[in-house]
Amino acid sequence: MALIRAFETRVAELYRDGEIPGFVHTSLGQEAVAAGVGGALQDDDYIATTHRGHGHCLARGMDVNGMMAELFARGEGLCHGKGGSMHVADPSQGVLGANAIVGASLPLAVGAGMSSKLLGQGRVAVAFFGEGAVNQGAFHEAANLAAIWDLPTILVCENNVYAEFSDSRTLTRVPSIVERAASYGIEAAIVDGNDVDAVYRRTIDAAARCRDGRGPFLIEAETYRWHGHYEGDAQPYKPEGESEEWREKDPLEISAARLLRSGEAGAEELEGIRAEASERVESAIERARELPAPDPEEAYADVFGD
Amino acid sequence: MSSATEPATEIRYIDALNAGMATAIEEDERVVLIGIDVGASGGIFRVTKGLFDRFGPERVIDTPISEMGFVGAAVGAAMTGLRPIVEIMFMDFVGVCMDPILNQAAKLRYMTAGALEIPVVFRMQTGAGKSAGAQHSQSLEAWFAHIPGLKVVMPATVADARDLLLESVRDPNPVVFVENRRLYASKGDVEADPLPLGKARVAQAGDDVTVVTWGQMLRRCLAAADEGPASLEVIDLRSLVPLDMETVIESVQRTGRLLIVHEAVQDFGAGAEIAARVGDQLFDELRTPVRRLGAPSVPMPFSPDLERALLPTSKAISAAAQALKAEG
Repeated sequence: MALIRAFETRVAELYRDGEIPGFVHTSLGQEAVAAGVGGALQDDDYIATTHRGHGHCLARGMDVNGMMAELFARGEGLCHGKGGSMHVADPSQGVLGANAIVGASLPLAVGAGMSSKLLGQGRVAVAFFGEGAVNQGAFHEAANLAAIWDLPTILVCENNVYAEFSDSRTLTRVPSIVERAASYGIEAAIVDGNDVDAVYRRTIDAAARCRDGRGPFLIEAETYRWHGHYEGDAQPYKPEGESEEWREKDPLEISAARLLRSGEAGAEELEGIRAEASERVESAIERARELPAPDPEEAYADVFGD
Repeated sequence: MSSATEPATEIRYIDALNAGMATAIEEDERVVLIGIDVGASGGIFRVTKGLFDRFGPERVIDTPISEMGFVGAAVGAAMTGLRPIVEIMFMDFVGVCMDPILNQAAKLRYMTAGALEIPVVFRMQTGAGKSAGAQHSQSLEAWFAHIPGLKVVMPATVADARDLLLESVRDPNPVVFVENRRLYASKGDVEADPLPLGKARVAQAGDDVTVVTWGQMLRRCLAAADEGPASLEVIDLRSLVPLDMETVIESVQRTGRLLIVHEAVQDFGAGAEIAARVGDQLFDELRTPVRRLGAPSVPMPFSPDLERALLPTSKAISAAAQALKAEG
């Protein structure tokens, strides 16, 4: 979580300062979902994620330097400068990619679940999506397919309240994602998305179900998007005081308080974790700044494979 | 053409497709067939008949009527180790599932700098001329050819129905494979030594006018060639991506005249691309302007009489070719 916080905080600043081109969507405030799910998965499990996917990628162990270089659009970025923030991916870490089409992660993760099941691999496939995506047909079709085929697919909905600029509760008569899952015969649970332990435990259970061949599970993680839909969004649509209320429920602070209470970690150790995360991010930034732009020839590579 | 050989060895286009899929599923355990009613029922046109019984429900997978879901799942499966053949029952239905093709399959290899491979075949069929109406008759191959990252294959012969399908499944890239249901019952020979995907075939040699075509229109172009008196060189492109311009250019250099014939709407069609490329390369060698013959830019009507009025006939093709010869 500390790494995601440090990464996203600096990416927002670098974007504001014009060092990172394109569009950037940060997951500040939602770190516990990424860390809880990521920590519960095995090395060869799959994730398919969204335009707000940096955290999920980092929690899967994707290389910080490679990711930062990609956001800086460098030739040595993980995607050679052809993906960027919205498309960072590393299949070697099971990351099938961030995805700029809302809802697209769902059918892809269903397909990854099919591969796992038909090839007998015992892998779990996670689809991350926001509550804004559940009004897309892709959500409904993917949920139904995962259910009828009993696929090892976990549908992780990060309910961060806002679908782009709109309050999601105003966009449907059925704001509960869990209820929607029920309509496809998929078991589901709501979890406090700012509590990394709760997310972790729920994902461990869901993954075990998947590996036992008991089919998909949906997790609705209730959380909050601290920043706008994209960096630069002034968020005039958020009611006064709402952001402050949610910042009181900072997932890092919740976790830190619990660790201190239980004596599992001391204040110094926690400070050390944050400092190390910050150093890793700063070092990745320094490195990315020095890297050259991609060779123009790179633009023509990888359209087709041989 | 191959139909001139021994009738005893001939099979139907539809059987060639079935044989291609059977071979693909048999030779590679990663190949699965996915689509609406492709399994137990053998498909609406019986193209997949017998495959479910032979290979079972894990290799030949029936789906709900849910193209966005299962086409997207096929792409996800292709990214993670399977090699799906996914059937979209009518090409027109692709409108409800373009995202997995347009934004996922076509782009993810590129956006991941080659780290993801997406070996998936999107089988779909078209074929105007059977009163199927405006939502069951469209030839939309130019849409896909316009999207970088997709191969677009259109078999016009029995041999290609089998061989190009097999090659498409073996290809590491996403392939849009367009069958023509007007050809399903057509008969021909399969070939021992098939041309590779990406090579056009000179279906008939000739001297006066080069006629470039694909899909159902190949038969009409060959019929037009039989009508004479102009000598037509008929080229079956077989695929729009890759586009074998070498074969086209070589032919037009000899004839000096080019007619492009397709079933799809002529405006902004694939014929325009071929015409532009020939114009670019052979401007000084052309004896006449390049001509195109496709359907007019109207939705395909239901009435057989109205439909007939829109599709290029062998007579119209012949007339266009004769006119080109007369022109210069």
